[in-house]
Amino acid sequence: MLAILLILFIILIILNINLGSVSVRIGDIGKILFDQGANITEHDIIWKIRLPRTMAAVILGGALALSGFLLQTYFNNPIAGPYVLGISSGSKLVVAIVMVMALSRHYAVSSAALITAAFVGAMITMGFVLLVARTVQRSSMLIVSGVMIGYICSAITDFIITFADDASIVNLHNWSNGSFSGTSWVDVKVMAVVTLLTSAIVFLMSKPIGAYQLGESYAQNMGVNIRLFRIILVSLSSILCACVIAFAGPISFVGIAVPHLIKALLRTSKPLIVIPACFLGGAIFCLGCDLIARTVFAPLELSISSVTAVFGAPVVIGIMLRKRERG
Amino acid sequence: MEYFFRTSKLAVGYNGKPLIKDIEIRLNKGQILTLIGPNGSGKSTILKSITKYLKSIYGTVYIDNRSIADMSSKDMSYQVSVVLTERIKTELMTCEDVVATGRYPYTGLLGILSSQDKLQVRQAMEMVNAWDIRERDFTQISDGQKQRILLARAICQEPQIIVLDEPTSFLDVHYKLELLSILRAMSEERGITVIMSLHELEMAQKVSDLVMCVKGEYITHWGSPQQIFRKDLIGELYELSNGSYNPLFGSFEMERPKGEPKVFVIAGGGTGITEFRTLQKKRIPFVTGVLHENDIDYQLANDLASEVFWVKSFERIGEDIYRQALKKMESCDTVINCLQCYGEMNEKNKKLYEEAVLMGLKIVTNADVL
Repeated sequence: MLAILLILFIILIILNINLGSVSVRIGDIGKILFDQGANITEHDIIWKIRLPRTMAAVILGGALALSGFLLQTYFNNPIAGPYVLGISSGSKLVVAIVMVMALSRHYAVSSAALITAAFVGAMITMGFVLLVARTVQRSSMLIVSGVMIGYICSAITDFIITFADDASIVNLHNWSNGSFSGTSWVDVKVMAVVTLLTSAIVFLMSKPIGAYQLGESYAQNMGVNIRLFRIILVSLSSILCACVIAFAGPISFVGIAVPHLIKALLRTSKPLIVIPACFLGGAIFCLGCDLIARTVFAPLELSISSVTAVFGAPVVIGIMLRKRERG
Repeated sequence: MEYFFRTSKLAVGYNGKPLIKDIEIRLNKGQILTLIGPNGSGKSTILKSITKYLKSIYGTVYIDNRSIADMSSKDMSYQVSVVLTERIKTELMTCEDVVATGRYPYTGLLGILSSQDKLQVRQAMEMVNAWDIRERDFTQISDGQKQRILLARAICQEPQIIVLDEPTSFLDVHYKLELLSILRAMSEERGITVIMSLHELEMAQKVSDLVMCVKGEYITHWGSPQQIFRKDLIGELYELSNGSYNPLFGSFEMERPKGEPKVFVIAGGGTGITEFRTLQKKRIPFVTGVLHENDIDYQLANDLASEVFWVKSFERIGEDIYRQALKKMESCDTVINCLQCYGEMNEKNKKLYEEAVLMGLKIVTNADVL
C-alpha cells in the first residue's frame, strides 16, 4: 500500500510540473531542469513557478496532515483538525494584522516573521480551544465551538483586509483564501527546514503518541510525562499549522481527511507507520488538489481550499456517519 | 519485617481537600488487598492516589521503602501497572497491540518491540487465556475479553504491584471467577502484589488476603477476610436496613418479612431454604423450628424468619424447646412441613407435625401454594 502511495506521489509531482497553461512534454522535463541551454521560457516556468509551487504543496500538505493527526490524537476526536478547531483562522488573523501593519508602513515582511506571527496566532487560538475543551465534555461541542472561533477570526480578518491599503489588498485577498501560488525558492527553503524538522520530532514522538492513544491515564501509567507531552504535542501541531498559514493561507479539511484515509488504507493506527504515511498522504492530497485548482478552469485558478473541501468534506461526513453507527 | 507496600498517614482527595484521612496500608509482597465500601466512598480516589495519578494531600506512599513522591513517572511504570474502569477507545488496534503497550517502559526511543518483548506479550496473553484472540480488533471483543486483555497489558509491564479499579464490573460470573483466579495465580507464582476495589463481597472474601473498608472520612476497618466479613460490620458499612449480610454464604439476604407470623415451617438439613426464600418473596412472615445450630437452614432462618426455635449442634431436640415451638404453632394457621424423614436427633419435629395434623392446621409441603 505504501508503494502505491509512493508511485502516486511521483506521478502527481510529474503532472504538476508538466501541466498548466504552457504544457511541457514529460520527456522534456529532465532536459529542461538540468540543461541550461534549453528553452528559456520553459526553463523559467518550471524552475521559477511550477517547481517551487509543487514543493510547497508537498511540504505544506504533509504539514497539514500531520498537524491534523496530532490534534486528533490530543483530543481523542477523529474530526479534530487545525481548520475545524479554528486554529487556522486564528493564525490567519494574526498574520493578516502583521501584514497590513507592515505593508502600510512599507516594510517587507520576512518569512520568519510571518511564521512567528502565524505561530502566535495558532497558540492563542489553541489556548481558547483548550479552555473550551476543559469546560465542555462532549466532543461535538468542542468542534462546534472551534468552528465558531474560526468564524469570528475570519470575520475580523475580512474586516481588516477591507480597510487595508489598496495596494496590498489583491495580494492579501489571494492569500487569505489559501493558495500555493507565488511561492519562491526562499519560501520553500524556510518551510522545508521548519516543517521537516518539526515532522522529524513528531516522528521521534511516535512512542508516547502510541501510548496516549490508549488514553491519558494508561499513558501516564506507562511512564509518559503527560503534562510535558501535551505541551509538546500542542506546540508541534501549532508550528506545523502556522507554517502552512504563513505561506499558503488557510487550507481546509486536509488535516482531518488525510489521517483518516491513511489509517483506513493501511489498516493501522500505529504512529510509527501513520506519521510518515500521513505526511506522504497530505503531500499527495495537496498535489492533486492544487493540480485541479490550477488546470480545470484554466486560466482561472480556483482557491485550493475549495478543492480540498470538495474532496475532504465527504470524508468527514463519512467519519461522522460511521461514528454514529458504532454508537 | 518491612512491608513491601505501605502508606503512612495518607490523606487523599481532590483540589487540596482531603476526602479520606489516615490511610495506613501495610502489605507484604504478593498479597492481595481489596477495598470495599459503598459507592462514592472514595475507593477509586485511594487507588488513583497510590498510582500517583492524583497527588496525595498528605502523607506518604512507600513501595519497597521508596516514597513514590520521589519516583519519576518512568520509575513508577516499573513498579505499578493499572487496570482502570474507564473504557478505552482504540482505533484499528489488535488485542496484541493493546497488550504490547505494556512493554512501553522497556522499549527504545521508537518503541519497537524486541523478540524478548514479544515473548513477554505472549506469556502475558497466555496467562489470561487470550492468546487465541490476539489478532482480533480490540473494539470488536466482549467486555470480559477486554478486561482480560487489559490485565495482560498490566502483566506484561512486569510490575511489582498491579492496581485494579473494579475489574469485575460488566463481567458475567464466568469471567469474574476467571479474572480473580488469574489474580490469585499471579500473586502466588510471580509474587505480584494486587490492590483493587471490588463491589462483589463474595468475591472479595474469597480472593483477598486483606480487606479494607472505605467509608466516608476514615478507613472504618482493616484486616483479614475472617475479621472483616462479619454480619454486623458489613451491615454497618453498607448501612443495611433493608436486608442483611450472611458471612457464611458471603451473600446478602433480602429484608425479613414484617408482621405477625401465621406460618410455621418445620425444616432441617437444608430442606427449608427454598421455602424460606419463597415466603420472603411473597412477604409472608413465618417462624421455623426446630433447627440445629449447625444446620444450613438455621443460618438462613436467622436472616429471614420472625422467630427460630433451635438447639445446639448434635443434640437431641429437648422437651423445653419442643413445648415452646408447639405453643407458637398453636397461634399459626398454616404449617409447611419440609421434612420427609426423621432421625434420632430431630424426632421431636415428627411429633410437631403430628400435633399440627391433630390441631387441624392447614398443612402443605411447599410455600408456592400459599
